[in-house]
Amino acid sequence: MEFKRVTLFAGHYGSGKTNIAVNYALAIKAAGIPVRIADLDIVNPYFRTKDSADRLAAAGIQLISSEYANSNVDFPALPGRMYAVTDDTSEYAVMDIGGDDRGALALGRYAPAILAENNYEMLFVINCYRPLTQNAADTVEVLREVEAAGGMKATALVNNSNLGVHTAPEDILASVAYAEEISRMTGLPVKMTTVREDLLPALSGKIENLFPLALQHKYTWN
Amino acid sequence: MKGNEAIAEAAILAGCRHYFGYPITPQTEVAAYMAKRMPKIGGTFLQAESEVAAINMVIGVASTGKRCMTSSSSPGISLKCEGLSYLAGCDLPALVVNVERGGPGLGGIQPSQSDYFQATRGSGHGDFRMIVLAPASVQEMADLTVKGFDLAEKYRVTTMLLADGTMGQMMEPVSLEAPAVTEYDKSWAVTGTNCERKHNIINSLSLIPEELEQQNIERFERYAKIEENETMYEEFMMEDAEIAIVAFGVAARISKNAILAAREKGIKVGLIRPITLWPFPKAPIAKAAAQVKEFISVEMNMGQMIEDVKLAIGCSRPVSLVNRVGGMIPSPEQVLARIEEIAGGNGK
Repeated sequence: MEFKRVTLFAGHYGSGKTNIAVNYALAIKAAGIPVRIADLDIVNPYFRTKDSADRLAAAGIQLISSEYANSNVDFPALPGRMYAVTDDTSEYAVMDIGGDDRGALALGRYAPAILAENNYEMLFVINCYRPLTQNAADTVEVLREVEAAGGMKATALVNNSNLGVHTAPEDILASVAYAEEISRMTGLPVKMTTVREDLLPALSGKIENLFPLALQHKYTWN
Repeated sequence: MKGNEAIAEAAILAGCRHYFGYPITPQTEVAAYMAKRMPKIGGTFLQAESEVAAINMVIGVASTGKRCMTSSSSPGISLKCEGLSYLAGCDLPALVVNVERGGPGLGGIQPSQSDYFQATRGSGHGDFRMIVLAPASVQEMADLTVKGFDLAEKYRVTTMLLADGTMGQMMEPVSLEAPAVTEYDKSWAVTGTNCERKHNIINSLSLIPEELEQQNIERFERYAKIEENETMYEEFMMEDAEIAIVAFGVAARISKNAILAAREKGIKVGLIRPITLWPFPKAPIAKAAAQVKEFISVEMNMGQMIEDVKLAIGCSRPVSLVNRVGGMIPSPEQVLARIEEIAGGNGK
């Protein structure tokens, strides 16, 4: 897989951006490229990149995240060292953007530098099993809102249609037409379709550009 | 779907077209979802200037007999308590959602069950009760939202959906269908008389003490019917249980995992999960007291529901507490350790 210097993951709230961003950073690192990951989410105080802090640290990936992430306060602030993403071009960067237009707003601060460097991919994550992006038209509406708020245009799609731990291979196969329709409507290619690691054998050869995901957590209530 | 989104979509399916709220973590997704959906279906979403304003807007719409709701999280619910008392005094149906966070005061944004007392005893001044529903899955967040509207109208009371923050934030698959909506008598609603009937008056002020007394008595006769007809609970592995856990919400799910682990070790333990926290399922817990040697109350507070468990069994069996607070969630291992202590005979 070819990587750009900066890869941004944006999308609808709860579409699965964070998990993909973490796995993508690990993939860049595994290719021998130094990379850091930046959590730009100022909207959702739960299910953060910081949940994967141990895994990222073990892989030697620097995590730039709000000092308040996973604390007891909901404080929408980003640390100053976030500028390392654009100022220090010696390392690759993966940016996890907050959900929807209100999450993408924080990207506006960094967008001019990213656009000026012009070595980036902005991947828009789609999931047809989320309630407000169940069809292509609604999803494209969210995409346009995110682009307007973030000040950057998406360059490709990531089909992350899933039902969490309940996902069956058929659910992912059923989402291919949805992703293709969005691709037609926007002219954006589907860069990859994500699949939980254990479902990979069932889908190999059936969908192009599968990207295996390790889920971050096992929750004690499941 | 997220639990909070399931509440919002289920409310829309149940015919709610009026939502008033004010953002607070961890329930803000309810408002965010309503903000997106309501304008598309001809409904009203209004971000009020405060929680107090939002609950008073609910009083206004409820007076017209329309389905309406508000949602908040613990500190916001405290602000709404005056309105909850007025809703009760006016005998108005409404759905109020509390996705609980840690307290007291501002506390924190992590999940909690520490508003049990407030929901079941003290959401405002005066003699009144609310029906309190405690979901334990995202599907139940949706189903109990629908049920909550129905119960509120059936008995002209407020239903509170009391979910810990975990339930609001977790994502699970949900099936949603438009429910069959029962039409209850709403001849009390203020909808305009067309000069054809006497004015209806929605009011919680009573000038005559005898009348106020009678209103309170009539209200409690309705509460007695709710206790008789609407108590809901789930039993899990209780058939041969020698130890009973009582837990609701996410604590019940964690307890189930502990029970499965204990059963693998040959310990006979079961769960009674209250789905209605008020009315509290006293009967099945009292019945279990004849069968089990001890009860464990698993809660995300300093021990609130445990008082209802003790009351239900007349303190006839020991009841111990397994808990975490401050936004922490008990682990299955913590619950299992207590089960093993009791099974080992050193349960003190």
